[in-house]
Amino acid sequence: MRAAVITFPGSNCDTDLQWALQQICGIPADLIPASQDSLAGYDAVFLPGGFSYGDYLRSGAIARFSPIMGAVKQFAAAGGYVIGICNGFQILTEAGLLPGALQWNTSLHFICAPATLTVVNTATAFSNQYTENQAITLPIAHGEGNYYADPVTLADLEAHHQVVFRYRENPNGSLNDIAGITNRAGNVLGMMPHPERRVEALLGGTDGQGVFNSLAHTVKEAAVHVAG
Amino acid sequence: MLQVELSPEEIRTAKPYRQWDMTDAEYARFTDLIGHLPTFTEVGLASGMWSEHCAYKYSKPVLRRFWTKNENVVMGPGEGAGAIRIGDGKVVVFKAESHNHPSAVEPYEGAATGVGGIIRDIFSMGAKPIAVLDSLRFGELDNPRTRQLLDQIVAGIAGYGNAIGIPTVGGETAFDPTYARNPLVNAMCVGIMDEDQLQKGRAAGVGNAILYVGAKTGRDGINGASFASGTFSDSEAADRSAVQVGDPFMEKLLVDACLEVTNDHQDILVGMQDMGAAGLVSSSVEMAGKADSGMQLDLDLVPQREPGMTPFEIMLSESQERMLLCVAAGHEDEISAIFARYGLDAVVIGRVTASHQYILTHHGETVCDIPVSSLTSDAPVYQQESRRPARLDSPAAPWQPAITDPTAAWLTLMNQPTIASKASLYGRYDAQVQTNTVVLPGSDAAVLRIKGTQRAIAVTTDSAGRFVYLDPAIGGQRTVAEAAANLVASGAAPLGITDCLNYGDPTKPEIFYELATSAAGITAATKVFNTPVISGNVSLYNETNGTAIYPTPMVGMVGVIDDLTTITTPAFKQPDDLVYLVGETTADFSGSEVQKMLTGTIGGTLPALPLTAIKDRQDHVLRAIRTHLVSAVHDISEGGLLAALAEMAFPNMLGAALKINVPAAWLFSETPGRFLITVAPAHQQAFEAALGGAAALLGTVTAAPQFTIAAADATFLAAVPDLHKAWEEGIPCRLN
Repeated sequence: MRAAVITFPGSNCDTDLQWALQQICGIPADLIPASQDSLAGYDAVFLPGGFSYGDYLRSGAIARFSPIMGAVKQFAAAGGYVIGICNGFQILTEAGLLPGALQWNTSLHFICAPATLTVVNTATAFSNQYTENQAITLPIAHGEGNYYADPVTLADLEAHHQVVFRYRENPNGSLNDIAGITNRAGNVLGMMPHPERRVEALLGGTDGQGVFNSLAHTVKEAAVHVAG
Repeated sequence: MLQVELSPEEIRTAKPYRQWDMTDAEYARFTDLIGHLPTFTEVGLASGMWSEHCAYKYSKPVLRRFWTKNENVVMGPGEGAGAIRIGDGKVVVFKAESHNHPSAVEPYEGAATGVGGIIRDIFSMGAKPIAVLDSLRFGELDNPRTRQLLDQIVAGIAGYGNAIGIPTVGGETAFDPTYARNPLVNAMCVGIMDEDQLQKGRAAGVGNAILYVGAKTGRDGINGASFASGTFSDSEAADRSAVQVGDPFMEKLLVDACLEVTNDHQDILVGMQDMGAAGLVSSSVEMAGKADSGMQLDLDLVPQREPGMTPFEIMLSESQERMLLCVAAGHEDEISAIFARYGLDAVVIGRVTASHQYILTHHGETVCDIPVSSLTSDAPVYQQESRRPARLDSPAAPWQPAITDPTAAWLTLMNQPTIASKASLYGRYDAQVQTNTVVLPGSDAAVLRIKGTQRAIAVTTDSAGRFVYLDPAIGGQRTVAEAAANLVASGAAPLGITDCLNYGDPTKPEIFYELATSAAGITAATKVFNTPVISGNVSLYNETNGTAIYPTPMVGMVGVIDDLTTITTPAFKQPDDLVYLVGETTADFSGSEVQKMLTGTIGGTLPALPLTAIKDRQDHVLRAIRTHLVSAVHDISEGGLLAALAEMAFPNMLGAALKINVPAAWLFSETPGRFLITVAPAHQQAFEAALGGAAALLGTVTAAPQFTIAAADATFLAAVPDLHKAWEEGIPCRLN
């Protein structure tokens, strides 16, 4: 498996993701500038956390116009795996690759804290190495992480089991305690918590490895199927 | 502020420089130095460069006496930041800077640009910034203005640090009425780099290009250095136009681009410096001065945000997110192309010249032609009159608290804003970005691992204005000793310090005495702890209506941990671990939190600080940590022994049963140089031997979250959840 990590101007978790993928989980990962417009040769694309283009208008609102996003849309449409974390999740909703929106936290403050999540769906490409209803702790660090979708969309998400992670104690006002969702097809994941910050015991735990290992497992299985 | 440009003759008679805090005598000195009546631009530049903020004209005689060099120091004071070796060919680069005046007037932008400015000082050296710390002082929270200042200053730090992607990992926040009108905002930044990549702010080599990089120059923060070198009063409205506005997105691009240049193009980069206080003039003329060069700049080439800016405004603007580079002639386009990739302006605005003149042209006219040295090395330095404040000769009588109900006093203590949890504040900072933070905010020190090595660094900021007010020399010593203790408690060997010296008006002999005497205290302590001063800054004139703050030197200290497995935290880990007290407890209540809590004020005298004994004790504790004999270590400071115990119990909600052979009231004493340590029973003998008898066994950690304390004159209980609630609510309850 080979991963691309997009560096938007203002991204600040891109090298953290690369470190977690490469040094900790053994997944080769390249940093790709948002000015590029091709993603050929990659099995998965990560949109990292940060403040793309300063997030001065609205989180992710400018980033969705960057050249790489055309390639990301094509990549997703072709069934490629796309993972947006924090600002990456915000960009994916702005780009229409995931439903809903991320609003300001109900406290109106940025929150940096560990959050305990329940893995509510382990039948996804991003969560198959967790066990059903496993409690995991991942850090959150965001001002706009309050997930919102209209009632119809929300019911639709639930009906199709697109919610992957839920907060046990809702930190930001997200509807249905949503911390992470996939698209209907199941190849695009958006999540506010930072799995890349929780991959080493030295830094507090390894609960985040499951996301990367699940994906590596999925890609490997697919390759076996193709080969077989 | 519209500037009407007077002629040199008109300046001589109308004396406009007085409004920039330049005296008639300084004007005369400057006229002599340059050999002609100064133009409006020239005198404006001098007012900025000769301000205390840039020239340190009052504090220099004090700063010169700091101890600044040992075998580990690679770069001492005088550059953007200091640098000190940590092993593996790496140096840690750090500096602290105050942004008190701007934050008092415009708290969000003042604090934000304070963070932005100190970050630039770090990457101007070629170092990757890896951590920010903030030392904050406020008035009491019963004042609505203080609550607003607190909220907005924290928001400003968060707004800048979070966006730029540098973790805010530590610092301190405390409250005293003395800071009500003069809050202190001291920001420290720490960077890491290979020793052989170290940059300097030099403009050398005749013909080499002066490259302006980053944001455009606007009319913000004009002559902010002079503004920061004045006091506040009710009768004068504060000058908001002297405050800058920050853009962390721009700075993020600037950091990445500048580090690419320093890492990959060292051969053609001659020097680099941040445009900080006094903006373009200070960065350019200091770069020329340090290289003994001359310089000529064409101000029409300076990227400008608005039309019609005068040379005075262009040169003294403190617009943020700007850097000045000196680049080898012929390689300008190569460097500009790098910045262009990040979407940043990079423009040649002048050249290094063979003469020693500093020449500025604007619209084809020469508006400044003066010796470089007239703005740098020839700036005035004053030996101020020093007088011991009368209060020191008539101290309050020794005071001891009458504690009838130790449990109730303990609960009240944990709820005091200075003691209470700061989680509601630092929870708004991203403390983990860059994935290096091993020990998060809320501990004795923050600890960051250095990727690619087995090492970590520990960082802390400490200040003790109350103690310095009661005894400047001992207070200065205590500030350093406390910082060292915080690092040792984390498992680190202290390496060096940076400082922000926050005082009142230095032209008052009593204030100068406080400055000089506390600095001497700092010097004495730094020699004992082997922690030279490698960088720092001075913030004077922290006064309102003639009343100064407590003299408050802030010390930022960095230490190194050679083995990642020896990082230590204060949290009780296991029931049945043994609890030890290292260091004698005596009746030290002058300037203590309990004195303020029970009497509303502080007073008394401080006993001499046994620096060598404290250092010796710290060495023993560090040895025990490094040989894996301890499970938790906590330094005892504000609030005393009980406050420290409670903080150790909170993370894992454990308790302790302890017998302490002093009166219950002394458990609130703040005798310096003490540690609380827990040890697994299996290590009891080895630990006691390692401490050489300096550790007194108090009892054990318990699974039940309750304290049972048997003091010499009373036995009392306290439920850990109750203490925790009081501690957690201390600040939020006062804000709502």
